[in-house]
Amino acid sequence: MSAVNDVLIITRRQLLLLSRVPEVLIFSTIQPVMFVLLFRYVFGGSIETGQPGGYVQLLMPGIFVQTVAFTLAGTASGLAEDMKKGLIDRFRSLPISQSALVIGRTLGDSLLNIVVLAVMGIAGYIVGWRPSSGIGSVALGFIFLLFFGYALSWVGVLVGLSASDARVVQNVSFIVTFPLTFLSNAFAPTTGMPRALQYFAEWNPVSTMVAACRELFGLENQFGATAGSFPSENPLLTSLIYMVIIMVIFIPLSVRKYRNYAD
Amino acid sequence: MKSVIADNLVKIYDKGKVRALDGLSLDVEEGTVLSVLGPNGAGKTTVVRILTTLLRADSGSASVAGIDVMKNPEKVREVIGLSGQYAAVDEILTGYDNLVMFGELYHLGKKNAVVRANELLERFQLTEAAKRPIKTYSGGMRRRLDLAASLIVKPKVLFLDEPTTGLDPRGRQEMWGVIQELVKGGVTLLLTTQYLEEADQLADDIVVIDTGKVIARGTSDALKKQVGGERLEVVVEQAHIAKTLEIVGAVSGNKASLDEGIRLVSAPVSTGSAALFEVLKSLDAAGIHALDVGLKRPSLDDVFLALTGHVAEEKKSEVEEKKKGRK
Repeated sequence: MSAVNDVLIITRRQLLLLSRVPEVLIFSTIQPVMFVLLFRYVFGGSIETGQPGGYVQLLMPGIFVQTVAFTLAGTASGLAEDMKKGLIDRFRSLPISQSALVIGRTLGDSLLNIVVLAVMGIAGYIVGWRPSSGIGSVALGFIFLLFFGYALSWVGVLVGLSASDARVVQNVSFIVTFPLTFLSNAFAPTTGMPRALQYFAEWNPVSTMVAACRELFGLENQFGATAGSFPSENPLLTSLIYMVIIMVIFIPLSVRKYRNYAD
Repeated sequence: MKSVIADNLVKIYDKGKVRALDGLSLDVEEGTVLSVLGPNGAGKTTVVRILTTLLRADSGSASVAGIDVMKNPEKVREVIGLSGQYAAVDEILTGYDNLVMFGELYHLGKKNAVVRANELLERFQLTEAAKRPIKTYSGGMRRRLDLAASLIVKPKVLFLDEPTTGLDPRGRQEMWGVIQELVKGGVTLLLTTQYLEEADQLADDIVVIDTGKVIARGTSDALKKQVGGERLEVVVEQAHIAKTLEIVGAVSGNKASLDEGIRLVSAPVSTGSAALFEVLKSLDAAGIHALDVGLKRPSLDDVFLALTGHVAEEKKSEVEEKKKGRK
């Protein structure tokens, strides 16, 4: 049980960090809220959705998914910082479970996501987001989002431990995450993209996540899920499979990387 | 009893291009201080990282407090303290937060972790700064806190990797004081340093390493003897240099040499203070007033130069290479 205890201590450290530097929390919520407002009012007027309630209904799941996808960058740069300061050496020289640090870190980042999603949800509600499904489905949607963030956080562990510099980590995570969130159905229908990209966008885990959330939030229009492909027909199932695949691959890789990271 | 044994350690980085350790062996007797002395890139940090389970050696064996480092790393972690060349504490958290967190990670339990944190803060004169984030600490304070963190559970063997690198002279003095206190308390300590003076001040024994190998071992005195005896040095006015060279040369029995810039005449001597007395007498007889005079024992700098043929600071570029190699 001491391993669980170790993990909790590390997670608590991260919460303590947030309380000591509230700017981190403030900026991690301001950015997505800003996206909500910009997309809602810049594109919302010109994109014809045929969706009752308008563009914002489709937009919110997209921005939720984009935001949790950036957990990857958060985890990666946090670990890179710890590494730079030599903190990882200290943790690794302690008689604690060798994966406690990375597990604690991923859990801490997920807790941060809870706060961020809550604030975004409120911002969305203010600008007209009204999920039409029941409270249970909406809650399930948020649990799905947290899980997706958690899975990607493990990719972030590997990126963070592999990079030589915290700035590189920022850039790499951005280059990976940004196209993934845009080559998807998150902000615009995939039907306007060139054929090859449509194909990619449909299988993109971001799209399946967005479609899954839309389903859970009670939307009919999957927004770009077009060709009747498997992911567009079964976004919930596909997303779940993606999350499991990501974790099955990246948890062992990341833990191994952490154990031998200096070799 | 030997508290630390490293036997023929080899560590190769970058697919064979950099041999960070090339068959390095050393040991530390229980309750003593061993200083591993060498320039940047000599392999000091690598050997500490292997002994503290952070890095695996490619070959060779090592034990700490009788525990095999390769076979039982988790057991080794229970008995060691490590303080590295970067103060490895969380900058954003306070000194108190850091120590309590590490105490809890040592499984002291919250209550004992708090008690221990306060004890250590007091002992390292950090009580006043306890509730401030580390980023407001001076370099010396950070190192002291880092050292405190490595002493939370009284370690059987303490490893200090370049504990004063980057500190100003005052911070260094303070750190030396703290380490000397620890040594008096009977800790077994392996300390790496590139400061020759530091090894001289703190260690019972010194191993000098260069390019991953031990090139000399002994007490500071023994190493100095190995390099040669004392030198007699006299500084005089410009006008008296020629005559002084003659006098010093005669007493020494060797040709005296001159450092023109500082008007320093010197020669090796074997009779110590007797030679000094004789030179002063002759200078006095010749009506020469010596501005400065003394017997100088070789510094560890001289030791290093004599052992390796290069001075200790010459290898910066190689360090960069090795740092890259670590990634």
